[in-house]
Amino acid sequence: MKAAHGRLISEEGLRHDGRRPDEHRPVKMEVGVLSNADGSAMVEFGRTKVLAAVYGPREPPQRFMLLPDRAILRVRYHMAPFSTSDRKSPAPSRREVELSKVIREALEPVVISELYPRTAIDVFVEVLQADGGTRTAGVTAASLALADAGIPMRALVAGVAVGKVDGVLVLDVDEVEDSAGEADLPVAGAPDLGLITLLQLNGVLSEEEFEQALDMAWRAIEDLVRQEKEVLRRKYQGVSRA
Amino acid sequence: MGQTSSGGSSRTLVLPGDPVGEDVEARAPYIYVDDRGVKRAAVPGFVDDRGGKKVFVPLESIYIPKPGDIVIGMVHSVGVTNWFVDINSPYMAVLNLQDFLGRPFNPATDEPGRYLSAGDDIKAKVLAFDRTRNPLLTVQGEGLGKIVEGKIVEIAPARIPRVIGRKGSMLEVLSSETGCEIFAAVNGRVHVKCPNPEVEAIVILAIKTIEREAFTSGLTARIRKLIEEEKVVRGVGK
Repeated sequence: MKAAHGRLISEEGLRHDGRRPDEHRPVKMEVGVLSNADGSAMVEFGRTKVLAAVYGPREPPQRFMLLPDRAILRVRYHMAPFSTSDRKSPAPSRREVELSKVIREALEPVVISELYPRTAIDVFVEVLQADGGTRTAGVTAASLALADAGIPMRALVAGVAVGKVDGVLVLDVDEVEDSAGEADLPVAGAPDLGLITLLQLNGVLSEEEFEQALDMAWRAIEDLVRQEKEVLRRKYQGVSRA
Repeated sequence: MGQTSSGGSSRTLVLPGDPVGEDVEARAPYIYVDDRGVKRAAVPGFVDDRGGKKVFVPLESIYIPKPGDIVIGMVHSVGVTNWFVDINSPYMAVLNLQDFLGRPFNPATDEPGRYLSAGDDIKAKVLAFDRTRNPLLTVQGEGLGKIVEGKIVEIAPARIPRVIGRKGSMLEVLSSETGCEIFAAVNGRVHVKCPNPEVEAIVILAIKTIEREAFTSGLTARIRKLIEEEKVVRGVGK
């Protein structure tokens, strides 16, 4: 489906996969997919497929990790060796260590960790299939899994990336657009609180473009959180009928 | 937000971040007040309007020990003069040998491993807990101590009120229909002691069904029917 001659935006203004610039890839969300975990979720952004599992609060394996006033949030972002077309070494790469930190920091403002001092909350984000936007899909899946685990949260978070390809701002960049694009702006936030919890920028955007990109991302995040709530509501179907 | 009403009460499903309304009592960890003073849900739950009084009922919860709670614990490891007990909580509980024996002990002769080993189940009371130290258990009390018969079923702690039912109605159905002794501990563990294994299997199936279908309408009647049907299928109680 790659566009001919390296053009990522057609003359009709459509992207290489036929989407409009402000169109998200098809989103699929599911909760409670792993019975062993306290909470779990699967999120798909087009061909990007991410699984999240949450355990805890529980005693951390090493007691030096304990914090006297709150729970520690430990996030492990990992790409499965089969998630990319070239085999990805299963050992944690520099990028995975960084993304683990970025996802943790995107979740920390919403997790009410003060309720469980001296414990650890473990979040595992496993990328099963990567086609761009894995960190934002990871944040979205982790947020759903935390809610599924019953860990108190101030609000649900979701993430999306806005890119710039052929001079056009595009929502939810995939792998092709990410690698050939001019800029990439991953954003995560909690619309219920009006809070941005993750903001990164690769490449260059003008001030005007940045504001426009942030606006596009925010509207998409609002929609993603709506979908998260819909999925959770389906899980508790029947509650309101009691 | 799904909202329906029946029989003078209405329920509204709320999810983390949703405002719950000012007239709902704020109680940690299920409800918090944000920077602008708005009360919001922190876990999935529903706001139950019971004739003007609004109550938040959590659908997911994590068991945090409270002094006085009766819990079912599993011995995790044996210390020199105590046991570390898993009580299905983020915090490992401690049971001291002196408390278990009910008398001062001689470290040379009284070894904890002689009385309880890893994997043993106990019914105990939470004596003290303040989150700065691990919870302390006691087995001094009627019906407390090592569990020597029956089975332990583990379910989500948020579903325990449903296993008990309003004024104990569900427990009453479970025990009267099967003849089993059932104790539902607040930490999400249910101890069942039944006259025979077939009935035990039926009770466990019923408890798992309650966990799965908790908070749906007409559950007590359906559980009664399930037990009756299973008794016919398994050929018990004739």
